[in-house]
Amino acid sequence: MKLNVFYDRENTEKTIELADNSSVKDLLKKMKINPVTVIVGIKDQIVLEDEKLKDKGNIKIISVISGG
Amino acid sequence: MKKNNCCSKNPVIKLPAGERLCKSHFTKYFEGKVFRTIRQFNLIGKKERIVAALSGGKDSLTLLHILNKLSKQNPRIKVEAITIDEGIKGYREKTLKTAKKFCKKNKIKLNLFSFKKEFGLKLDNMIDVLNEKPCTVCGILRRYLLNKKSKELGFTKLATGHNLDDECQSIMMNQFKNNMQASARLGPISGVNKNKKFVPRIKPLYLCTEKETAIYAYSNNLLDNFTECPNITESYRAEIRNMLNDFEQKFPGTKHSIINSFLQILPELKSGFKEQGLNYCNICQEPASKGKCNACRLLDKIKKVK
Ligand code: SF4
Ligand SMILES: [Zn+2]
Ligand SMILES: [Zn+2]
Repeated sequence: MKLNVFYDRENTEKTIELADNSSVKDLLKKMKINPVTVIVGIKDQIVLEDEKLKDKGNIKIISVISGG
Repeated sequence: MKKNNCCSKNPVIKLPAGERLCKSHFTKYFEGKVFRTIRQFNLIGKKERIVAALSGGKDSLTLLHILNKLSKQNPRIKVEAITIDEGIKGYREKTLKTAKKFCKKNKIKLNLFSFKKEFGLKLDNMIDVLNEKPCTVCGILRRYLLNKKSKELGFTKLATGHNLDDECQSIMMNQFKNNMQASARLGPISGVNKNKKFVPRIKPLYLCTEKETAIYAYSNNLLDNFTECPNITESYRAEIRNMLNDFEQKFPGTKHSIINSFLQILPELKSGFKEQGLNYCNICQEPASKGKCNACRLLDKIKKVK
């Protein structure tokens, strides 16, 4: 499946290809993002790492790192 | 905490022990942790005038949000905010706006000071003339102003939004650079050595991880668009932070272990370095370890090249 993902740290929207039935964890792995450093939101609702990705859009990755 | 249906339905976090919490139960959990930290380390007395250092980032907004709640429950605890505008183009304007908006909305008094007004130059311009890393200059002068202004304004405590991740980074940095004297000044509360020239500094988010703090900020609508200081890439701290996050991912619990072992040796560290005593800067009378404080030494250099 193809997903539209926004990563705030890079301020870009990306299209990511993943196997069907993938989880949030798989997505982060594919994007080479350490789960400790982000929270993931789908439609403004925080989702946990083991959650399966059903929606194809409205996925937001929010950096938790303080900016200075 | 009781097992609730709401928590299994829409969890926002999975705690290290495996428990899942929804937004409202996580908010309670997080605030409970902060209040416990305050009690455990005796950060706040019965009657205080606290000033919270507000950068406009998620940590300081979370801190002020919770202290403001505390103050509403307890009228003998007064809370205001202090913000330092260092003068960092493309970054500070945005966070400053967030800080002002938050204080206005919550009717919190904001005390605002700038490098430009206090020292004659913005940080951006200081960097042009000094042969120093931006974060070094920024950190020394910001701490100097925070302490000086909180003291002048008569506050009894200066609260900062430092979280568990920040503290871990500082501990490791001092370790790697063999600077144990700097570590002796860390901890959830510092500057209490009966020294009237120092306003004691407290860190109520001491036991909250950066990620927990972000989840709290996000859940309580305190999180703004991502902004990052353009100077951060130049920092040693950023390297340490990435290393610690890699370790945490591979070996969960690493950061808590660093903090817990540090808290065990902290009393020894503090008393070990106390003997050397604290002197005062012979220019500005602020606390200093040698004849001149770091801030005055920097300001001297700036004057020479200006
Ligand atoms: S990253 Fe460095 S220069 Fe930027 S605000 Fe933080 S300490 Fe100051
Ligand atoms: Zn719940
Ligand atoms: Zn001085």
